[in-house]
Amino acid sequence: MTRKRMIHAINDALAEEMERDERVILIGEDVGASIFGDTRGLLARFGPRRVRDTPISEALIGGMAVGAAAAGYRVVCHLMYANFVYTAFDAIANQAARLRLMTNGQIRLPVTFIAAGGGGRSNAGQHSDYPHTAVAGLGGIYVATPATAGDAKGLLKTSIRADDPVFFLQPTSRGGEMGEVPDGDHTVPLGKGRVAREGGDVTVVAVGAMLRPALRAAETLAQEDGIEVEVVDPRTAFPLDETLILRSVGKTGRLIVVDEARRAGSLAGPIAALVAEKGFATLRAPIIPVTTRNLAIAYAPPLEKAMIPGPADIAAAVRRSKETTT
Amino acid sequence: MIPNDPAARSIDLLRGMLTIRKAEERLARDFKAGALPGPVHLYIGQEAVAVGVCAQLDARDWITSTHRGHGHFLAKGGDPRAMFAEVYGRSTGICGGFGGSMHVADVSKGILGANGIVGGGIALASGAALAAQLDGAQRVGVCFFGDGAAAQGVLSEALNLAALWKLPLLLVCENNGFSEFSPSSGVIAGSIAGRAEPFGVPGRQVDGNDVEAVAEATAEALERARGGAGATLIEAATYRIHGHVEGEHAFLKTQYRADEEIERWRGRDPVARFAATLVERGTLDAAAVEALAGEIEAAVEAAADSAAEDPYPEPAELDRHLLGAA
Repeated sequence: MTRKRMIHAINDALAEEMERDERVILIGEDVGASIFGDTRGLLARFGPRRVRDTPISEALIGGMAVGAAAAGYRVVCHLMYANFVYTAFDAIANQAARLRLMTNGQIRLPVTFIAAGGGGRSNAGQHSDYPHTAVAGLGGIYVATPATAGDAKGLLKTSIRADDPVFFLQPTSRGGEMGEVPDGDHTVPLGKGRVAREGGDVTVVAVGAMLRPALRAAETLAQEDGIEVEVVDPRTAFPLDETLILRSVGKTGRLIVVDEARRAGSLAGPIAALVAEKGFATLRAPIIPVTTRNLAIAYAPPLEKAMIPGPADIAAAVRRSKETTT
Repeated sequence: MIPNDPAARSIDLLRGMLTIRKAEERLARDFKAGALPGPVHLYIGQEAVAVGVCAQLDARDWITSTHRGHGHFLAKGGDPRAMFAEVYGRSTGICGGFGGSMHVADVSKGILGANGIVGGGIALASGAALAAQLDGAQRVGVCFFGDGAAAQGVLSEALNLAALWKLPLLLVCENNGFSEFSPSSGVIAGSIAGRAEPFGVPGRQVDGNDVEAVAEATAEALERARGGAGATLIEAATYRIHGHVEGEHAFLKTQYRADEEIERWRGRDPVARFAATLVERGTLDAAAVEALAGEIEAAVEAAADSAAEDPYPEPAELDRHLLGAA
């Protein structure tokens, strides 16, 4: 194990995969300058043939990633902020997510679209979305939502090796956070979550950047209320690790879903539907979503803080769940 | 492949155009008879473009095509029977019945697929050109698109990057006069070939109903691309004899073009025109042209008849394209 910042773990994953397979290429906006630090040094190390700074042309570079992958390369396409997924959406939605089916498998697309999403930095209305379900709703593309340095590295390595497209959504506000990263060729499978903290009273499924406030809330609840929260990190927003979520809810009978995505596009809906269908008998209280409100992210720090879930919101939801018994 | 003997080469061009014409005429009849499950967009009148361009390409070159893509598919070596089966939605179709008329693809022939999104192939072909450049195998990426796609921003994005990176890219605009149901004079400003020049990319206008003129312009562009000098935009002036989509008169209340205009272009029919040229040159006599047309029609009809007997795909086959299914 080595302690690293998430952004360095991502950088390691990119470097290791480029080293491992010379058909891995990296294209995107400012991958040389690297505003987040995740691609820093790769241009110097691997050269301008394989690491290419592109114009600010998301529609083009998204589609080029698809075309180059169809023609035999393993492409990492850096879209910078996750909101720019929207400007690249034809490539992702109409091309990447469906060419496998439309061509009956003649085309497989090893493309990883990587971007940083989420609020907390006053990046305001067009640089703060966490749009995993916009992509998950397409069905044909994996969506990785890493929350820790170790998972970020392991999921990215798996994403680059996958023969189908992946949207790798790193949390903008967590890049500097330290975490344990296993040594060696560390990979994390897509579609498998993990229990981040064990507990028998209430299940909290926390997506991406919400893991940290969920763990903080769990700590407070254990100390102040004697409530033992089980925190589940799905790690991949699509496809969901249904077994893991159902197993935890089967144990606790209570479920909170914490997601930085807006309520209308959060995982609270799909997870509630899953548990209502397959875990209904185990529920002892209503499922409570804790999400960002159905609004664009506001700029002023008190506004932003008020609209994105924090430890107090999560703890309040857990207490409310615990007080209800059906 | 291009035969060395000029007479054989000319006959191949005629054969290619006749194959497309006969196949499209069959599909027009199939549509009228209610034998097609979905919409078809026919290429009749534009055959010289696909055939003129593809005659100059090799199997190693990549093409992307449009919703009006049968001609490109056949000209690049796609199998007529597999195409009919696809349009009929049968399991023996080139895409197993998963793609349909708008999405015929045969990756083994370098056909990365027809795209139902207007301009959708531009970025994909640019990506294939990037792959070709990385391969260093003097391959090219070729994008067929219509005048309607000249209004998509991604064309400018592609010209910008193709110029910067000297991508081996051939952008072939088939200016057939219409953006779906709108005469392009009302929705496309300026010259399409002229869009290339500000980027330093050669833009060339060619008579798109003259197969030899198209082939000649293509040969020049390919020499440039394979020699590392970069992209070319060819604007081929042609005309869509059929409507945007078969059966459009059933839902359109008004006529959007004059019958005289259609008749005028029928007089410039690329297939009849080239047949006449060959007779004039003494390459073929009129009886030989008729025999060739009859032979091709019989082969196309046999392919279609036989494909129409094939079974539909089984719904269980859908599972193969779920993420995680090998």
